Amino acid sequence: MKIKGFEGTVAMIERDLMLTAFGLMLLVVVPVIVLTLVFAWRYRATNTNAAYSPDWGGSPLLESFIWGVPAVLIIGLGTMVWKSTHRLDPYSPIPSDVAATRIQAVAYDWKWLFIYPDLGIATVDEMAFPQDRPLAFQITSEVGLNSFMIRHLGGQIYAMAGMETQLHLWADETGKFEGRNMQYSGEGFSNQTFDALALSTEDFDAWVAKVRDASLTLNADARKELMKPSVSGPVVYYKDVTAGLFETILDTYSNCHGDLDGICG
Amino acid sequence: MRMTDLGWLGRLGIEALPLYSWVAVGGALVTVGAGAAVLLGLTISRQWGNFWSGWVTSLDHKRIGVMYIVLALIMLIRGFVDAIMIRLQQAIALNSEGYLPPEHFDQIFSSHGTIMIFFMAMPFMTGLINIIVPLQIGARDVAFPLLNSISFWLTASGAGLVLISLVIGRFSTAGWTGYPPYSGVEFTPGVGVDYWIWAVIISGVGTTMSGINFIVTILRKRAPGMKLMLMPMFVWTALCSSILMVFAFPALTVVTAMLSLDRTFGFHFFTNDAGGEAMNYMNLFWIWGHPEVYILILPAFGIFSEVVSTFSSKRLFGYPSLVYATAVIAILSFTVWLHHFFTMGAGANVNAVFGIATMVIGVPTGVKVFDWLFTMFRGRIRFETPILWTLSFMVLFVIGGMTGVLLAIPPVNFTTHNTTFLVAHFHNMIIPGVLFGYLAGYMYWFPKVFGFRLERKWGVWSFWLWTIGFMLAFLPLYWTGLRGMPRRMETYANAEWQPFLVLTFVGACLILCGIICLALQLWASVSKRSQLVDTTGDPWDARTLEWMTSSPPPVYNFAALPVVSERDAFHVAKQNGTHLKLEFDDSDIHLPRNSMIGVILGGASFCIGFGMIWYMWWLALLGLSATIAVIILRSFREDTEYSVSSQQIAFDVAERQGAQ
Amino acid sequence: MTTEVSREDNLPNEAEFGFWLYLMSDAILFGLIFATYVVMVNNTAGGPTGDDLFSLNNLTIQTVLLLTSTLTIALGHQAAVSKNAGSAIFWLVVTCVLGAGFLAFELRELNDMVAREAGPGRSGFLTSFFTLVGTHGLHVTAGLLWALTMIAQLAIKGPTPPVASRLLRLTLFWHFLDIVWIGVFSVIYLPGLMG
Repeated sequence: MKIKGFEGTVAMIERDLMLTAFGLMLLVVVPVIVLTLVFAWRYRATNTNAAYSPDWGGSPLLESFIWGVPAVLIIGLGTMVWKSTHRLDPYSPIPSDVAATRIQAVAYDWKWLFIYPDLGIATVDEMAFPQDRPLAFQITSEVGLNSFMIRHLGGQIYAMAGMETQLHLWADETGKFEGRNMQYSGEGFSNQTFDALALSTEDFDAWVAKVRDASLTLNADARKELMKPSVSGPVVYYKDVTAGLFETILDTYSNCHGDLDGICG
Repeated sequence: MRMTDLGWLGRLGIEALPLYSWVAVGGALVTVGAGAAVLLGLTISRQWGNFWSGWVTSLDHKRIGVMYIVLALIMLIRGFVDAIMIRLQQAIALNSEGYLPPEHFDQIFSSHGTIMIFFMAMPFMTGLINIIVPLQIGARDVAFPLLNSISFWLTASGAGLVLISLVIGRFSTAGWTGYPPYSGVEFTPGVGVDYWIWAVIISGVGTTMSGINFIVTILRKRAPGMKLMLMPMFVWTALCSSILMVFAFPALTVVTAMLSLDRTFGFHFFTNDAGGEAMNYMNLFWIWGHPEVYILILPAFGIFSEVVSTFSSKRLFGYPSLVYATAVIAILSFTVWLHHFFTMGAGANVNAVFGIATMVIGVPTGVKVFDWLFTMFRGRIRFETPILWTLSFMVLFVIGGMTGVLLAIPPVNFTTHNTTFLVAHFHNMIIPGVLFGYLAGYMYWFPKVFGFRLERKWGVWSFWLWTIGFMLAFLPLYWTGLRGMPRRMETYANAEWQPFLVLTFVGACLILCGIICLALQLWASVSKRSQLVDTTGDPWDARTLEWMTSSPPPVYNFAALPVVSERDAFHVAKQNGTHLKLEFDDSDIHLPRNSMIGVILGGASFCIGFGMIWYMWWLALLGLSATIAVIILRSFREDTEYSVSSQQIAFDVAERQGAQ
Repeated sequence: MTTEVSREDNLPNEAEFGFWLYLMSDAILFGLIFATYVVMVNNTAGGPTGDDLFSLNNLTIQTVLLLTSTLTIALGHQAAVSKNAGSAIFWLVVTCVLGAGFLAFELRELNDMVAREAGPGRSGFLTSFFTLVGTHGLHVTAGLLWALTMIAQLAIKGPTPPVASRLLRLTLFWHFLDIVWIGVFSVIYLPGLMG
């Protein structure tokens, strides 16, 4: 299944955008580098054959060119920025006929919790999803600032306590990809990775069944356990999740926590 | 730990000694040893008197400037040791802990960034502006000489806190940006972040005062006839940079003070709980942080402008363009701070606007590069060391500019933010852009300050080693960043990155050799100073007023003030075989007396910082009371100046002419 | 072409220009704290809001004291300019009394809030409130110390040009604090009291 404008992955579109901008800029950058070296050599003091105009300090034509060329380039790039930033807004859902797989990710020191609200299961440091179906993340943190990224699929977004950020991705093939926290967050940061498994529909169902076979339940006690810092801990499966846990976590750090007067609306 | 239960030493105890690793002990011993060696050296050579009256208490802008640069070079070495330790760790830490545990590694990259920005780049720049701007505008001193000395000692006191954190306690592990909530007490309860906060606050106050001082100096003390559009480019860039200092640094003071209130007194500015707002920190920090980049680089642009014109033996191309470009950059620098956190999820419209605003800065910056290029066009380029740094800058800087524009495209930023691509980008701006500029300035103006040139051979070696070392150390980091390597990794599991990280370590080693060559150059030049001596005051056949007076300049800079009627007036007079018109008057010259206020306030603020860091409240109060008392007492003094008689000046001038 | 003026004539001029730059820098400092307050005003974390805490009486007294002191310090400066040291000292003393009164009421209010468990550690809102009001209060304290110093200088040295220049800068500083107080009044108290 292909969606127009979203062939491949978000990461590939972002890479192509980068290469286009890179190519455009080379049009100015390469001449500047070459001219610097050429001028330096040609006008060396020992080369008395070269022209010498010691009092030449300006030329309206040349100066309009000097302001004009970068300006034109930036107008071009600026247009590109406007269009691509809207098209690749991490908050806008991937257009698709199929319902997205919803995943709620919470950053801890130094691990990731994934809650599947539609399936009522949760995992730590491993997440799976069916290929060829959009992915919709809601992301927050229960510790310091983290940044959530599955590089193979697309760019990153911050995870902040009391705030929900969103990310929409897409996998066009099956595979095991590394996801991680990109934002330094203390001692265990280097190892704060997780496996992102893009599976076929059957494999995904089998994976969900495997998680449901686990003995643990994600409730308030399990949450307290997660709050304890750990480095390179094991993958954990929760067969069941207290309903609305993600919202509870968000609310714990929300600025309006305990807001009885309704100021925050 | 309730702070009221603490004794005289606050939370300071024997466990503050860095006995947690041999590397840390080594760092502490080197720091203490170097300090002791300096003290011993001064004692053995009986230089305490000279040191005190000639330097510590001096209010001569040239001497204060030299002290700033000495501080910068010392901190360059300290910051570089951190850098090469980071590079060594990453070169070997594939699937292993390397030789540094995470907590220690985290301290090292935090102190590296803090030192290089606040205590290397800032003092280097302030030192160059201090020495050169009054000379270039034909002034006898800065507007407020005592304030100048206070600024310096506050900077030195901040640097002292960073240095002493190596011996007593630990430094921050929160990175040079100190992002909360991680930098809050909940996650980092020790003294490290407090060291960072107080070092930054104290030196930041000094910088704000320097900014005020330079603005008044430039706007009020120019030589007769020097209109704004006749000022040398370096003065223009120093002016714009100073304006940014005055308007941007309050944001840093506010944000670090708020973090300190959170940490020390249980406030809730940036905490996760009780309604803290950590995102506000990022906004405030970068409202300072982005202009700071331009505070550092604009004066370097000024130096490149002076150097490229002097050594091309040609008028600067597009002077008005360069002035307007500088001003435009200074203004725009306040409009782009959000590009440091596109990944916060601010929404497409906001991100796009800040992305485009960021790119717009590329226009005036591009204009500058073209103007330097066309200054070389049809020139007669003499390849002395200052222009070598400039050429290297022009080639490398456009690469950094290009990657900067890439980072300004929000969707691209989502994939490269927080990676070594970003690390490579800002080092690409700050090493070739800022540091090469300051080194060019150092080699260009050295003969003015000391009366002899730096010899060329070691300078050229240093230039090549720095240039090639920079390319080896940072171009591979662009690649590892594109391959997904986050910054600040203490250990990693991706074998694909390692060859590139080894390459960057080799680059760091070349830079080490470049630094050694700088030291050898200084040593060789001092040894051979009689051969390198400059009796003319104008060793480079240069164009601006600082070259009109002797090298080194007399304490009053100019016996008679020059009257300026055009740009490069000194050069034009030389061309016409005439002298610049001088404004003679027979009255005595008044100069500021030495004052120990600066060093006392530096010491007092060190006490405030140290007391607040260790919860030694009496010490902080003592420092604060001393500060207030000294300021009040000083305001009663009237005899703050001395005069140099006109006979003495006439004698000096005659002696100088005799020497030529 | 300008003509060079000797350094002594220039000095007060330069000092006043430099002081204006300092005030601009300080205005930005206050501006950022105001912005922070506006961002955090609703982050009450279940604790008291402005309605619960602010008292109109206290506010009125504080405002009257500070606004009156800005008039008296201007009179003091005028007296010093017209070389009347005695009158200048009198007006400065009045200014100090008014300023100290302002601080006393402010301290009473803040103490009272801490006693009602509404100290700066209670919520983000109170953190930013205490910081904004406290920063202004610390500036007023510094202004008081400065005014006392000026009283001593007027008594010892008389209204010499350097003393008059310092007094002018103090006056500017005091007016600046008044403007900031009007900001505090409008941003913090008015919405709180009307809310």
